[in-house]
Amino acid sequence: MKVLLRNPRRTVEVSGPATVNVVLDRLDIHRESVIVVRGDELVPGDTMLAADDEIEVRPVISGGALDREVPS
Amino acid sequence: MKCRACREPAVIDIRRHNANFCREHFLRLCRDQVAKAVKEFDMLRPGERVLVAVSGGKDSLALWDLLLELGYEADGLYLGLGIGDYSDESGTYARAFAASRGARLIEVDLREEYGYDVPTGARAARRAPCSACGLSKRHLFDKAAIDGGYDAVATGHNLDDEAAVLFGNVLHWHDEYLARQLPVLAARDGFPRKVKPLVRLGEREMAAYCVLRGIEYQVEECPMAEGNRHLHYKEALNQIEARSPGAKHDFYFGFLARASERFRDGIAEEQGALLSCERCGAPTPSEVCAFCRLVEKAAGAQPVTIGRRGAHR
Repeated sequence: MKVLLRNPRRTVEVSGPATVNVVLDRLDIHRESVIVVRGDELVPGDTMLAADDEIEVRPVISGGALDREVPS
Repeated sequence: MKCRACREPAVIDIRRHNANFCREHFLRLCRDQVAKAVKEFDMLRPGERVLVAVSGGKDSLALWDLLLELGYEADGLYLGLGIGDYSDESGTYARAFAASRGARLIEVDLREEYGYDVPTGARAARRAPCSACGLSKRHLFDKAAIDGGYDAVATGHNLDDEAAVLFGNVLHWHDEYLARQLPVLAARDGFPRKVKPLVRLGEREMAAYCVLRGIEYQVEECPMAEGNRHLHYKEALNQIEARSPGAKHDFYFGFLARASERFRDGIAEEQGALLSCERCGAPTPSEVCAFCRLVEKAAGAQPVTIGRRGAHR
């Protein structure tokens, strides 16, 4: 199956069928740090993905200018 | 995987709740958690006008959507930070969301209105980009809220954000920051009320919320945030959370319940010392506020060009 990864954006191939959790394990991606999307659909970890599926593994951690509440 | 509430197929598992949820019950959970935070910390009252700080990312757009869903009069404010393609795309998502909801989006462009952008301002002022960005955001959100007569500014800080900031503040014992790390800061002279209605929700939940609500958002990380210390703190906390689900929640809400008050003594002293910026009138501990100093240093500086790190949506 085709797996779209982010930061940077790239596509990798993973053999299937396999569950979402197995795919993430194979890619060494922590389950709590991503969501998995197929088309417009959110797919949970126990979903069986077909060999010809296309999914996106979308990171959820964002950083940047988190507030420090001090007067400027 | 079945929904805890209805036993229908679940779309998401939330380990700290030790539960799975279907679309309908997950969206309800998000609304309930925001409503609970708003009530628990007395963030907003019926009929108040809220200005939502909108970046085009998942948290701020989810927050705006949730506040509208809960019936608040919520307008958005988007700042054009001038961070290359990243800012251009982020603005597109903010505008698209506003148009889809028929909501009002106010836009302020740093370059057009203040003569600098974040990359240029950061270099000119010899600040870290996230520092120059945060300073600009705080100042302009405050100004827009005061000028627009809003009752509060709402930001999309979620549980992961708050736990990571708390972790850093405790790690280095920043007493002043610990005193101010609250889900709501009351209005005071020159400052609007600040509220963080997403503190009961994690960032994975916010990403899932956006997908389930059909909200397109900026997925790519800001190209200037690479190496940001909060990202490292989040990774460290996620390692702990993996072995101890609920650890982040306990850390943050335990701090609020048991320790936060002990750091607040310094706030009153500092409030008494605030002056009014001689250039813009904003409250500041010095004659000229840090924002006006940043604008001054960036004036005439050679613009810094930011490329695209990886491809964007």
